[in-house]
Amino acid sequence: MNTSQEKCRDVPLIEIRHLSVSVEGKRVLNDLDLYVMQGETIVLFGPNGSGKTSLLKTIMGIPQYRVESGNIIYRGEDIAERSIDERARLGLGLVFQNPPAVRGVRLKDILRICMEKGGVFKEESIIESADKLNFVDFMDRDVNLGFSGGEIKRSELLQMLAQNPAFVMFDEPDSGVDLVNINLVGKVINELLEKGIREDRRTKAGLIITHAGHILDYVNADRAYVMLNGSVSCSGNPGDILEDIRTKGYEGCVRCRR
Amino acid sequence: MPKVTVKEKAKNAERKPAAIGPDIDLSEYSLQADDHGEIQKLTGLTDEVRERAITVGIDAEESCRSGSFFQMDHSVILAATNQSGLEVMSTTEALKKYEWLTDYWWKAVQVDADKYTARAELQQHHGYFLRALPGAKAEFPLQACLYMGREGMAQHVHNIIIAEEGSELHIITGCTTAQSVKSGLHVGISEFYIKKNAKVTFTMIHNWAENVAVRPRTGTIVEENGVFMSNYICMRPVKTLQMYPAAYCIGENATVRYNTILSAPEGSKMDVGSKVCLRAKGSRAEVVARAISKGGAIVTRGNLIGEVPGIKAHLECRGLILSERGSILAIPELDGRVSGVEMSHEAAVGKIAEEEIQYLMARGLTSDEATAAIVRGFLDIEIKGLPEHLRREIKKAVEMGEKEERIL
Repeated sequence: MNTSQEKCRDVPLIEIRHLSVSVEGKRVLNDLDLYVMQGETIVLFGPNGSGKTSLLKTIMGIPQYRVESGNIIYRGEDIAERSIDERARLGLGLVFQNPPAVRGVRLKDILRICMEKGGVFKEESIIESADKLNFVDFMDRDVNLGFSGGEIKRSELLQMLAQNPAFVMFDEPDSGVDLVNINLVGKVINELLEKGIREDRRTKAGLIITHAGHILDYVNADRAYVMLNGSVSCSGNPGDILEDIRTKGYEGCVRCRR
Repeated sequence: MPKVTVKEKAKNAERKPAAIGPDIDLSEYSLQADDHGEIQKLTGLTDEVRERAITVGIDAEESCRSGSFFQMDHSVILAATNQSGLEVMSTTEALKKYEWLTDYWWKAVQVDADKYTARAELQQHHGYFLRALPGAKAEFPLQACLYMGREGMAQHVHNIIIAEEGSELHIITGCTTAQSVKSGLHVGISEFYIKKNAKVTFTMIHNWAENVAVRPRTGTIVEENGVFMSNYICMRPVKTLQMYPAAYCIGENATVRYNTILSAPEGSKMDVGSKVCLRAKGSRAEVVARAISKGGAIVTRGNLIGEVPGIKAHLECRGLILSERGSILAIPELDGRVSGVEMSHEAAVGKIAEEEIQYLMARGLTSDEATAAIVRGFLDIEIKGLPEHLRREIKKAVEMGEKEERIL
């Protein structure tokens, strides 16, 4: 099921073709196809272990995720051979679900790194954003060290605002976040993906992993994919698919696939 | 039984090897040194000497210093202070001036501990005497530089630091060699006496050469409500460095903090520890060490001894091995001798987690930049209670050490 957005853009911002990936010899992605157009917000559903996080980490270039075959085409270039930092500088950004704590590297240090390498946002606007996220007091803390689930999300989103990537991947932005914070998380995602302006004028695109779909109450997605066993099993309207998953569970997807 | 004199004790220990660390043949090093005369100000140093002194935190302009001591080989070329209530002179001078100084001579360090302490007594080459009179508070740090300019030479200094009641002293000591010096021996005895309600911060930066052997021997006695904070930084090559300074909290609520930052390039052996004996109620100790091996061998020790109830002490040691050939041995020891003590330690030795590098790379840093950022962060220990410009000197020494290391 394709949507009308495709008419607005001829070439996808990112396109995954026949991608197969293994980690330590174990296959985690199997002949996967997916694309995201500029201006689009795509949601990725799937049960635990279906390969959602593996896909995001592969796109980001984490070396443990070995590309066996297939292509990752970003702005017309196959980036499968590029290093993580090259991809970051090309405009790819990842909101980690479980980022490591880095002792001695303070949040403000990593934000400075993001700004230097991303290059658009000004320091004042980052402080403003930190203020919006109620996160100013965390600037001198070692990044992620002793952060709660909600604090990690805010830290990751703040880093994305500083990095200003064109293609932003969100790994379960709604997990472990309470009701007050999920509203905030939604707002920032909308800001990152330029949801406030007309789609055909947006320069950004996003891919959001959600297990339970809560984030969709705050962020409008254009299309959805469902992943099962390392491949895309179906795609379509996010609301319809979420409704199906909520009523029938991923079991329904398995049956549908058959 | 007749009383054994200090000199006799030293004589008896002349061949006694140290409890730890490789044994050094003292006869390999020359006791000859030229007389270097005196200078009025540190700006009178030659460019070469000044540049080396700057690497160990010495401010040649003396603008933010309350006094300076400079010893070149066996000559004290400068000893001066610009604040009343503070005293800066050589220990040989001080022994002549103050009869009572013998009450402080070899009272915090044992003269017959090993052949190095014995040697320092039998062949002493000055050393510094720093003292704050009762209630005097140093506005700026005092700085002391021990410089070795002659190849193959031995330098044995004996330092005494006294903070009288209610006084406050900040000291920065830099020890280094001339650029041309490759080998030598430095033996440094330091005895600290921190009286009631006094505070001393002591920051020592070492910048030796590939073939220099270094044996500091340090003891500190802290009285009631006294505070002793010691920061030690060695980021440059040294043949063998072994030191295990000890502090004794003998008065109630005495506080001791040791921070150690080590980086050992290939070929360097560093065995550095900190020991604190907590002998009075309410005394506190904190020992923090960061060690990086870039091919060198590091032993990092910590020993906390709780002798009375109601004391609290913590030991933390983290090591990073950045080279295949490097090694780090962490030996944290907690010795609780009565019930009612509260002592803990944490130690970790490993490599930089790949996941952390990848995380920073995802924000745009190259692999090398990410590694450097993590190493910088690892070495950036939070040092509370230190004047801002000393904090900057430490930061500078660490960054300089890191930078030069990468060039090598």
